[in-house]
Amino acid sequence: MHELVSRLLEGDRRAAARIITLVENNGQEKEQLLSELFPHTGKAFVLGVTGSPGAGKSSLVDSLVTHYRQQSLTIGVIAVDPTSPFTGGAILGDRIRMQDHALDRGVFIRSMGTRGSLGGLARATKEAIKVLDAYGRDIILVETVGVGQSELDIMATADTTLVVLNPGTGDGIQTIKAGIMEIADIFVVNKCDRDGADKMAAEVESMLDLGHGQNPYWRPPVKKTSTIDGRGIPELVGAIIEHREFATASGDFAERRGQQLKAEVSEIVEDYLKKMLWSKVGANAEMAQLLKDASERKSDPYTIARRILEVF
Amino acid sequence: MEECKIRVLVAKPGLDGHDRGAKVIARALRDGGMEVIYTGLHQTPEQVVEAAIQEDVDVIGLSILSGAHMTIFPRVKQLLLENGADNIMLIGGGTMPEEDVQALILSGDAKALFTPGTSTEDIITWIRQSVYSGESA
Ligand code: B12
Ligand SMILES: Nc1nc2c(ncn2[C@@H]2O[C@H](COP(=O)(O)OP(=O)(O)O)[C@@H](O)[C@H]2O)c(=O)[nH]1
Ligand SMILES: [Mg+2]
Repeated sequence: MHELVSRLLEGDRRAAARIITLVENNGQEKEQLLSELFPHTGKAFVLGVTGSPGAGKSSLVDSLVTHYRQQSLTIGVIAVDPTSPFTGGAILGDRIRMQDHALDRGVFIRSMGTRGSLGGLARATKEAIKVLDAYGRDIILVETVGVGQSELDIMATADTTLVVLNPGTGDGIQTIKAGIMEIADIFVVNKCDRDGADKMAAEVESMLDLGHGQNPYWRPPVKKTSTIDGRGIPELVGAIIEHREFATASGDFAERRGQQLKAEVSEIVEDYLKKMLWSKVGANAEMAQLLKDASERKSDPYTIARRILEVF
Repeated sequence: MEECKIRVLVAKPGLDGHDRGAKVIARALRDGGMEVIYTGLHQTPEQVVEAAIQEDVDVIGLSILSGAHMTIFPRVKQLLLENGADNIMLIGGGTMPEEDVQALILSGDAKALFTPGTSTEDIITWIRQSVYSGESA
């Protein structure tokens, strides 16, 4: 067994942190690490938190963590922020809102840049979840980038997903337009200390009257919260438990996890195939010639593609 | 396929409210292609070290303009050692007298310190060179 894996299983947080880095950097040991961790995963409950930038995702994660810690549950947090497409750099600032838990060994917080991935999470977010799952965390909260249009990854990753909206914004309409209605297992109208929370909640309810979500028997509840005075947090936690119970009883849970696993395997297979194929194509003289022909307009991409599929 | 991205924790320890420099540095390092974990104001040395461990950063950068550098740098260094995390490079900047800078470097409590007026280009170059040479060594 990899030394880091045994250290992680003994509860060494530095090993957990290091493994996430190696996985994120696509390091050589990645496969071995993840294979060895896999038998120890599947126990954690994964809670996704998405919504526009500034909606209060990080603050809400902080409030939920406080609540769960009072029940002595151990927590992992993965907070994703956008990587600049121009420089490859990123400022990861979600931790600022979670400082109360900085010294609590029951809370492990990790920030990630998207590093070019477009679905609201980083490529390695799913893997980081596994690392923290094997590390023995009871609940793993995942905060997405929150750019609105492209938050679908979280649905394929979390057991329960919260969509966070704010009063007095176009959030409601945006949600329908962006097609993220389907993502939400629970809607949160955060900043309910401000005017317009009831109106926003009613707006969401009437959208839900028109149809909702993935399961006709689960109508996403709409919960009003304030991370400033703590209002609505216990009710939100209650709704999360209800969804979890519903999803377990209805088989949704098992199905979601089954689909996630299938998607993961096919992703890995496709990745391998791609690499294998292109390394062969790259080394082939005929292909080089064909590509040259195409650039001189003597052949075309479709013809070449067909030829590649024939040969390999 | 391995991609190595330099990760830096930028923190403001203590009661010091001068956060302009820290923000300038955070942005500059991002534009230099690094991942910057910005933890904001009022950090204790314990919080800084714990965050650095969980985030598995290559570098901790402390911004101190309050005059408390002679106590904070040694404390953070000590905590890194106690936690077996002294592989993380400790650097910083802000207003500090030249003799203090020399003393902290000599004692090993800071690897490098950048006082007002240093160009962010120079800081980026220094971090890149130090992190990469540390890796190949
Ligand atoms: C702007 C300023 C303020 C602003 C701060 C606004 C803000 N949000 O940042 C305000 C008006 C609020 C302020 C208040 C005070 N200030 Co004032 N302030 C300054 C001033 C004029 C400029 C600081 C600045 O922003 N520079 C611009 C940035 C970009 O530069 P920088 O921070 O130095 O960063 C550069 C380098 O130092 C380095 N660097 C900095 N951090 C880091 C981190 C890393 C990782 C790296 C690699 C590099 C690096 O790189 C940067 C680029 O070169 C300085 C004097 C000076 N010239 O430095 C006094 C100064 C820092 N302030 C001072 C004082 C005393 C105060 C007050 C206590 C005044 C009072 N009595 O109320 C209060 C305290 C506030 C508080 N809560 O802490 C003193 C500190 C004395 C000391 N160290 O012993 C100074 C030095 C003025 C002086 N000569 O007396 N201040
Ligand atoms: N009034 C009010 N402000 C809030 C609430 N929750 C968060 N905020 C503020 O909203 C801003 C963005 O919060 P943050 O958690 O960083 O949002 P994120 O970008 O979605 O992670 C911050 O200034 C918070 O202080 C709330 O319940 N009420
Ligand atoms: Mg956030």
